[in-house]
Amino acid sequence: MSPAPTQHVETVDFVMLYIVGISVILLLGITATMIYFVFKYHRKKGHQPVDIHGNIWLEIIWIVIPTLLVLSMFYFGYTGFREYRDIPKGAYVIQAKARMWAWEFTYENGKKLDTLYVPLGKPIKLEMQSADVTHSLFIPSFRIKEDVMFGKTTHLGFTADKAGSYDIACAEYCGLNHSMMYTKVIVLPEEEFYTWLNKKEETSNPAEAVK
Amino acid sequence: MSDGNSTVIENSFYKQSTNKHTGILSWLLTVDHKRIGIMYGVTILFFFLVGVIIGVLMRLELIAPGKTIVDAQTYNSLFTLHGVIMIFLFIIPGLPAIFGNFFLPIQIGARDVAFPRLNLLSYYIYVLGAILALLSVILPGGAIDTGWTFYIPYSVRSNTNVSLPLLAAFILGFSSILTGLNFITTVHRLRAPGMTFFKMPLFVWATYATAWIQIIATPVVGITIVLVVLERLFGVGIFDPALGGDPILFQHLFWIYSHPAVYIMILPAMGVVSEIIPTFARRTIFGYKAIAMSSLAIAFVGYLVWAHHMFTSGMSDTARWIFSLLTFIVALPSGVKIFNWVATMYKGSIDPKPPFQWVMSFIFLFSIGGLTGLVLGSLATDIHVHDTYFVVAHFHFVMFGGTGTIFFAAIHYWFPKMFGRMYNDKLATLGVIGFFIGFLMLYFPKFIMGYMGMPRRYYDYLPQFANLQLISTIGSWVLALTIFFIVGYLIHALVKGKRATSNPWGGVTLEWHIQSPPPMENFKEIPIITHEPYDFSQLKEMKDE
Repeated sequence: MSPAPTQHVETVDFVMLYIVGISVILLLGITATMIYFVFKYHRKKGHQPVDIHGNIWLEIIWIVIPTLLVLSMFYFGYTGFREYRDIPKGAYVIQAKARMWAWEFTYENGKKLDTLYVPLGKPIKLEMQSADVTHSLFIPSFRIKEDVMFGKTTHLGFTADKAGSYDIACAEYCGLNHSMMYTKVIVLPEEEFYTWLNKKEETSNPAEAVK
Repeated sequence: MSDGNSTVIENSFYKQSTNKHTGILSWLLTVDHKRIGIMYGVTILFFFLVGVIIGVLMRLELIAPGKTIVDAQTYNSLFTLHGVIMIFLFIIPGLPAIFGNFFLPIQIGARDVAFPRLNLLSYYIYVLGAILALLSVILPGGAIDTGWTFYIPYSVRSNTNVSLPLLAAFILGFSSILTGLNFITTVHRLRAPGMTFFKMPLFVWATYATAWIQIIATPVVGITIVLVVLERLFGVGIFDPALGGDPILFQHLFWIYSHPAVYIMILPAMGVVSEIIPTFARRTIFGYKAIAMSSLAIAFVGYLVWAHHMFTSGMSDTARWIFSLLTFIVALPSGVKIFNWVATMYKGSIDPKPPFQWVMSFIFLFSIGGLTGLVLGSLATDIHVHDTYFVVAHFHFVMFGGTGTIFFAAIHYWFPKMFGRMYNDKLATLGVIGFFIGFLMLYFPKFIMGYMGMPRRYYDYLPQFANLQLISTIGSWVLALTIFFIVGYLIHALVKGKRATSNPWGGVTLEWHIQSPPPMENFKEIPIITHEPYDFSQLKEMKDE
């Protein structure tokens, strides 16, 4: 089993590391060169500046190399995105409803509650709608989010690889209690999940739910 | 009044009225581009400081979890006002309206802009927009709480005064359009004899490219605002899904303006950098054409990347990857500029005076801003950091670390020319250092918090963010105190500073050939341009060294 909460987390963290790594090298290179020049060519008597109008090869180099670098960044970003957007057929569908300022999740058997329970290792597809303004369902630990709108269904997919409880936040500003619109996604081993799903009476587990 | 070399010393523009009035009316009714530039300067600086104070209040609220000084509703209004003021009243007009007005005509050897009266009108339109924006805060209903992006449907549902600030933004747009129109005409029609396009200083190039964005992109936001107001007042369904509209359409229209607007904000700053580096390195700019053309490339490609603000908005996946690709392309011309600037320091004769120190600080901070933009351009990572503090950090590095830093660089560079006085170099260096430290403390932790999952526009936050939020708030104090310190010593220098010579830095663009402060109408005789803009062989000081 993957040590990260989802496979996608590793992908995103890799893309992040790749882009930040290259960026740090560029930043340090630019800064060090600048500081070196400022010391080396400090104004002093007898030192004449040299007018260099440019160099076509340098211009080509610093257009072509960055182009290749950013194209590679685009590529990794794109494949990572596809991995997260292509939800396998047969994914377990849960309806998500957002309103000012709470979440509600509805399961296939009609069970509804404000905390999201999902089975471990199974692809999940959230079909999301808003009852009012635009919200955004954000699971930082899974590195994913998607806006939730009135009158249009959007979707969000993931496969949790590690049991546990993770925060869900609203990422699209939605008014007064936007910052209070937290809930949890609780990943249970598949059997436990179905036991929970088919248990009647109880609609929420107050010990684990945040609200 | 100050240049010991000139044979005849004329009165400066401060002492010559363009109209029959003297005193305050000679300012309020002036058509002189320099006086209008100064009036913009005072007004814009005022709103900048208001924005800074609001920012400090926001940071103070966030110093610890839970309520600190204001309630959630007030906080939501504060961040909206901070955004609206900083963007529409400070950073969009900022450099073009102040320094573009003052120096663009001089740098091309003109006596004024092409339409001086229109220029004054643009100023009053700006003031009108600003007054309406302020009115909306005090009128019953309460200050707008939608965020500066005015996203629908929330902005239709909000009970606060939304229409009035929208109207203000609409009006401010006209000020921007008319200024752009004026500058484009000025550049085409009023260049001095011999000043071909490729002999223009790069600040002129940048302001010229900006002007095109202003007149082409701004009408889109005007139209969008009219549609929103129609929707709010008459219930016409355009964007609100409850009325059958499409909220994503609003986001498209909004960003079709507001993304190019980012380039309205940064391009003139890049132009200023291209002025300052040659002057203090005393050599010609490296890659003149590459820098000039990259301004046009940014202005053009900048139109085609707007939907990178919408990768999680629910628009189609195809649109997402196309805009991701285009976004990476727009990073290239900015990179070209940075490389050329650093190359301009090669084999120069560098005297790192305060304006140059600001530019060094800019290159570092703006590079961080630009490079973190790559994280946001990439789909996989943007999905995670979109609408988090990472974005907040990114655009503050670009806009404040970029344009804001250069705003101070420009003030320090042109201060002796504009006011004929000199500030204290040592205090100015302290200002650069304080700004740099405060800035990094305030904004760098936001990158980390953003990647940890701290969403933006949050009144309250989870306990794991408390330490970084505290550092950020302390940074805001360092930064704000430094800004007031800078304003303080500059005001002191206005009154008590040493008289400046006509060319204290040894610059060679045309503004350094006339006295400080310049006379009314700048040039007695329109100069004939024979040199390229950064040809330092004409400089006397060089021959003495």
